[in-house]
Amino acid sequence: MYEGQALYHPKGWWTRYVFSQDHKVIALQYTCVALAIGLTGMFLSLIMRMQLGFPGLFESIDAGNYYQDVTMHGMIMVIYLLTALFLGGFGNYLIPLMLGSRDMAFPFVNMLSFWVYFLSVIILVCSFFVESGPTGAGWTLYPPQSILPGTPGADGAGILLMLGSLAVFIIAFTMGGLNYITTVLQSRAKGMNMMRMPLIIWCLFLATFLGLLAFPALLVGAIMLIFDRVLETSFFMPEIFKGGEVLNYGGGSPVLFQHLFWFFGHPEVYIIALPAFGIISELISCHARKNIFGYNMMVWALIAIAGIAFIVWAHHMYVAGMNPYLGFFFATTTLIIAVPTAIKVYNWVITLWNANIKMTVPMLYCLAFLITFLIGGLTGLFLGNVAVDVPLSDTYFVVGHFHMVMAVSPVLALYGGLYHWFPSVTGRMLDDRLGKIHFWITFVGTYLIYFPMHYIGFLGVPRRYYSNEQYDFIPQSVNDLNQFITICALIVGAAQFILLYNFVVSAVRGKEAGSNPWGACTLEWQTLESPPGHGNWGDKLPVVYRWPYDYGLPGATDDFVPQNVPDEQIT
Amino acid sequence: MAFVIVATIIVIGTVLWNAVTPWWFTPLASNWGSLDQTIIISLWVTGVAFVLVSGFIIYCVYKFRYKEGHKSEYEPENTKLELWLTVITTIGVVVLLAPGLIAWNDYVALPDEGIEVEGVGQQWVWSYRFPGEDGVYGNTSGRLFSSKNTFGLDPNDPNSLDDILIRSAEVHLPINENVIMQLRSKDVLHDFYIPQFRAKMDLVPGQHTNLWFEPTLLGTYEVACAEYCGTGHYAMRGLITVDTKEDFQTWLDQQPTFAQTLNEGVEGSGKQIAQTLGCVACHSDNGVNGIGPTWKDSFGSTRELASGEIVTVDEAYIKESVVNPIAKIASGYAPIMPAYATLSDEELDAIADYIKTLSN
Repeated sequence: MYEGQALYHPKGWWTRYVFSQDHKVIALQYTCVALAIGLTGMFLSLIMRMQLGFPGLFESIDAGNYYQDVTMHGMIMVIYLLTALFLGGFGNYLIPLMLGSRDMAFPFVNMLSFWVYFLSVIILVCSFFVESGPTGAGWTLYPPQSILPGTPGADGAGILLMLGSLAVFIIAFTMGGLNYITTVLQSRAKGMNMMRMPLIIWCLFLATFLGLLAFPALLVGAIMLIFDRVLETSFFMPEIFKGGEVLNYGGGSPVLFQHLFWFFGHPEVYIIALPAFGIISELISCHARKNIFGYNMMVWALIAIAGIAFIVWAHHMYVAGMNPYLGFFFATTTLIIAVPTAIKVYNWVITLWNANIKMTVPMLYCLAFLITFLIGGLTGLFLGNVAVDVPLSDTYFVVGHFHMVMAVSPVLALYGGLYHWFPSVTGRMLDDRLGKIHFWITFVGTYLIYFPMHYIGFLGVPRRYYSNEQYDFIPQSVNDLNQFITICALIVGAAQFILLYNFVVSAVRGKEAGSNPWGACTLEWQTLESPPGHGNWGDKLPVVYRWPYDYGLPGATDDFVPQNVPDEQIT
Repeated sequence: MAFVIVATIIVIGTVLWNAVTPWWFTPLASNWGSLDQTIIISLWVTGVAFVLVSGFIIYCVYKFRYKEGHKSEYEPENTKLELWLTVITTIGVVVLLAPGLIAWNDYVALPDEGIEVEGVGQQWVWSYRFPGEDGVYGNTSGRLFSSKNTFGLDPNDPNSLDDILIRSAEVHLPINENVIMQLRSKDVLHDFYIPQFRAKMDLVPGQHTNLWFEPTLLGTYEVACAEYCGTGHYAMRGLITVDTKEDFQTWLDQQPTFAQTLNEGVEGSGKQIAQTLGCVACHSDNGVNGIGPTWKDSFGSTRELASGEIVTVDEAYIKESVVNPIAKIASGYAPIMPAYATLSDEELDAIADYIKTLSN
């Protein structure tokens, strides 16, 4: 929102809290819906784990609904929880506040973005209640099986609702995304040049960029797949013999869909990872009371990651039947992207050197993120390196890897972010003791869940198996391990309710936070009122005099100098 | 301090785990030991990186914990250090990438000499084809598939007739010879994967893919589908027996050619139809219930349906359940069987007769 643009003022309860155009309310709406559907996704994963750990204990879990759970769990977590929560939740809340703006560039479109997202979630949830149930095609939705009988939900409305919901989600994302980009480019406070933006804004900006360029590939893929299913076109469908007859398809290419899917799917990994990187950058600097190390390098590393993210997609397809010589190219680009990613990690850990580290709950999450992301990133070097991928592809090694790197890591960052910014939203602190209990169970629990999976991957246990019973090469010990993992998963699952409880109780009865409880330099903590009111800044917009990481600045009495403090006011 | 202790345990545990893990590679039975080596190299390089970085984190957390009134050192940039770290990382990446690309080059370059065999996937069974005496595969087309012509071979192509067809999930291969596989799918994506061979490749309908390996150890190995292919994915299991060259030849000579299968009558071939249509993936002949109920001793028995109704398994029920499976779903099973609506009466009779023979 540029200076002088008239702010929309809500006239009643409905426009203030429901159809609100205030970015802070929209952020909260995104967050609540994403957490609710994320809880559903977690519940589905526990059903899966029950089948894997205790096969046959629940007769209601048959192969069909096992695969439905797998599919919906993956899709919900990746798209409807993490993408929506990071960009719709954190993006909405932080971009205008951190840039010293009153609101997003297009507040009305921003409101629409949320409601269209909400619609996509409703469509998604509907698929649980149609006769065929939701699709069980795996979250990658590969044709031909995703639209042919033999896959749950393929011959009913399940797959159509899934594809439709994705299309609607992409519309929502586009409306939000254009807003974030425009706001970052146009609505920064005076003095807030691009190289003074907090790293999380860079991350959200680049993640949105990735999303706006990547989601269209998924959109066309989804629409073409709907055509193949409903109109019997053959974009992705070759000659197929099924059910004793040759089907009415021919000439299409299943691999084409995989290219479209992963052209979206790989940048999607970074759409989730970059905001997580951003949160970690903010939190680690603030809670270690030390300036972030190598800001310039961090920005360029982010830009490099975002650029290279578009030319690595086929590393998901090394053994998918594309020209095998493409493997050389994609293995090389994939390992190159490890370099800027490693730079990010180095700069975070060097930030800890000679710091003054406060072991707050957000800091604990940062450190846990570093360890988890390290494991997840390093195992990525196995899978990205084409020949190494051959024995490991489609085994539990992959499950272990991507859960570490793009499930647990982002969630740890997410939790760190929630603990950190909760006081800014509510004016109250989350309970520290509950926070620590929740942290320890989540960190150690998820490590115990996913770390051993890499080793049954070495053994060769394929992923997406409803049961391992009939394979002689899979020993009984794998089932014992599965039991152990399931028990860990149940405990970690239950521990998430500690967080919910903490949210509810602390929002009402938590300790008053005051205006800047963490002593942070960034603008969202320097508002007139706290929590910030409608319009964020009272009469006068803030002016920015410095970068966002002046922790431990020599010559200052305090151990931090906020961005809106000019040199002559430093005491 | 709790973090220092727990993180130290995690890091040490992670490293030591590699020495004591009960889950490791299956015994290698092919020439692809180079793939194992690339994994080992990766484990070492990434292991060192993991220990160094996490060790640094733990040290910092211990050493630089919060002291009231203390201020951190102010050092926004150190270009030299950043450059060094970038160089070291790049070296690490090259050390990983080079052996990987070399191994991949071997993996994708098909050898000139070797025995050729085609693997064909369908939901949820495997079958195989050898090119026969002339050494050339007959032409196939997706339009020619039928329950009779299960490989979609062109009967007018002279190269087709001597092709040797393996219409069961078990195939034999000779030891110490290059095996060049052509892979093809009849319906959806599958992936041909033998853990002991390390090799893996997707089967894609509408196109061919290739895979090669050299079996180096006698024995029987399981083929596991490694690309999700629908509800029966986990049950898509095949077998490969690695024989001596002589045993392999003896076995191969007993297998029918395409010309021979063309002359088979429908009568008495219910078992063959059940195999080629993939029925056996879900309906066993040995009394074990799978995705669907077993056929063993089923004929003449009574069965409870999902609707609560009780029916007798007779010819009419069997035929209806093939043509329109949704009509009468057995209790306790998911309604996932595809309809085989185009089978001829002869073929339906043959299937029913076969199921009859499995019951006393």
